[in-house]
Amino acid sequence: MAVLVIADHDNASLKDSTHKTVTAALALSSDVDILVAGSGAKAVAEAAGKIAGVRKVLLAESDALGQGLAEAVTAVVVPLMSGYDAVLTPATSQGKNFSPRIAAKLDVAQISEIVEVVDASTFVRPIYAGNALETVQSSDAKKVITVRATAFKAAGEGGSASVESTGAGDGAPKTKFVDQQLVKSARPELAGAKIVVSGGRAMGSAEEFQRVIDPLADKLGAAIGASRAAVDAGYAPNDYQVGQTGKVVAPELYVAIGISGAIQHLAGMKDSKIIVAINKDADAPIFQVADFGLVSDYKTAVPELMDALAAAGK
Amino acid sequence: MKVLVPVKRVIDYNVKARVKADQTGVDLANVKMSMNPFCEIAVEEAVRQKEKGVATEVVAVSIGPAQAQETLRTALAMGADRAILIQTDQDPEPLAVAKLLAAIIGEESPDVVIMGKQAIDGDNNATGQMLAALLDWPQATFANSVELSAGNAKVGREVDGGIQTIDVTLPAIITADLRLNEPRYASLPNILKAKKKPLDMKEAASLGVDTAPRLKVVKVTEPPKRGGGIKVENAADLVTNLKTAGVL
Ligand SMILES: Cc1cc2nc3c(=O)[nH]c(=O)nc-3n(C[C@H](O)[C@H](O)[C@H](O)COP(=O)(O)OP(=O)(O)OC[C@H]3O[C@@H](n4cnc5c(N)ncnc54)[C@H](O)[C@@H]3O)c2cc1C
Ligand SMILES: Nc1ncnc2c1ncn2[C@@H]1O[C@H](COP(=O)(O)O)[C@@H](O)[C@H]1O
Repeated sequence: MAVLVIADHDNASLKDSTHKTVTAALALSSDVDILVAGSGAKAVAEAAGKIAGVRKVLLAESDALGQGLAEAVTAVVVPLMSGYDAVLTPATSQGKNFSPRIAAKLDVAQISEIVEVVDASTFVRPIYAGNALETVQSSDAKKVITVRATAFKAAGEGGSASVESTGAGDGAPKTKFVDQQLVKSARPELAGAKIVVSGGRAMGSAEEFQRVIDPLADKLGAAIGASRAAVDAGYAPNDYQVGQTGKVVAPELYVAIGISGAIQHLAGMKDSKIIVAINKDADAPIFQVADFGLVSDYKTAVPELMDALAAAGK
Repeated sequence: MKVLVPVKRVIDYNVKARVKADQTGVDLANVKMSMNPFCEIAVEEAVRQKEKGVATEVVAVSIGPAQAQETLRTALAMGADRAILIQTDQDPEPLAVAKLLAAIIGEESPDVVIMGKQAIDGDNNATGQMLAALLDWPQATFANSVELSAGNAKVGREVDGGIQTIDVTLPAIITADLRLNEPRYASLPNILKAKKKPLDMKEAASLGVDTAPRLKVVKVTEPPKRGGGIKVENAADLVTNLKTAGVL
């Protein structure tokens, strides 16, 4: 059996979720190839070849692939699948966009956001905002799977797979890329960060969110997250949203400030190693999952925390 | 312009799902059911397009049990013109739903389909993309803004890192993300009016589509519970604990 992993990247660098997806793929088969679909992405393909356990890397390049258009990626992957029994993609917004399209073209189910490989046709995935775990067995000839990267360890470096060019498909004739507004940040990326500091509706404004959350995140070297309420209100950009329908994170340390802990939020962070909650309401549901809860107004608690961290040499 | 809006009846988003003791699934007996929140956003978008004079007809479609008529009545009360229930007592997988919707689209020929990005029960986030593939239509998923005009749609999409804007040729599939709009509550007069709007029923089996499940559910279990935490006295106490836990 051979497995194809579709790399997560931004044309310039390979994302760690690819390494984690390779680990899931290696649980299916030892014959794992990586597809890098992009434009000007040669360095990404070379980085993919260095992942331990990878057999070879396929590189497909065109403008439409560089823009991540689902139709273009599908047109590359579907013909390649005659040589593979499964295709695994990290469950990022990109992967979630094209992977089901590939599945339908192959007339197979998609198995969404797996967190465990039981065997080559049996997988575990969360449903109902993570309130249940479903074990499913697939009867399809080819498996199309998205992988919740936080549930798998990253495959190491040390591989030396060769890079081969492959056809770029016929693009996306009915879709025109207009533009992309990306938030640039020097902070670690939310999805893979070791520490995440998140703010909620309690912040009350974008200025307050930045005044309170940014310095604490800087001090901890943390990525920044937010609740849906904070994002909806415009306190934080939309890709900061942690939760059932936002990003799923599982850092070593998750600090929730002024977040109540709705099921949809918990779905995105309850697998963090240590959870800290700062909330003035002692009955907030976030305290049910917090390892360390501080019942306090964040306006006093956060400055005190900054001082205590400084005193501890942070 | 005719807009088709698929809507799913699911567990209400405020209810915490409980796993059945025999591990066969989630207990839905006597649980409050509602329209999937992302589908509400899709209906709202379609109705706004009609109010703007861009759309001329909004047709809501649901695949599910007889009770899904209530979900369709909600869509009608929000402003959809008519509704179709494709009746089935199984909970079809996204691929089967996409095939049933493709069959209805063959009959209805809408110019655009606006649907939810994700149903909050199965959390698949797959049906819209699959439907687009089956029809060979372009897809604009995770929409946070939609500008419809004759022949094309300009859609702002929520992607990792920000917003991507694409322009798709119609007919196309658009899936709604959370921030596309804030769905209205249906007013009492509109709820009453909705009772008189047409709601057609069809048997899923009559559409001649293969809906056999591809995935067998082996079991459904509860996720591991987190161990009980503690309340700390103050920030200094918190830092001491975090050091002991080895995360600082
Ligand atoms: C379809 C759907 C999908 C969703 N997806 C997501 C998702 O992915 N992620 C997500 O987060 N949510 C999601 N939600 C929303 C979710 O249900 C909650 O509404 C949201 O998480 C609440 O955000 P919050 O905790 O910031 O706000 P609130 O629930 O309003 O909580 C604010 C908290 O701040 C505390 N507080 C107030 N002032 C202070 C102060 N001065 N100091 C300390 N504490 C203070 C309050 O006690 C309260 O607990 C979704 C909802 C739906 C319907
Ligand atoms: N049974 C159904 N009936 C109507 N629409 C559905 C059904 N299942 C899924 N959908 C549509 O597909 C979207 C995504 O669902 P899913 O792929 O299951 O997460 C939903 O928001 C609906 O718009």
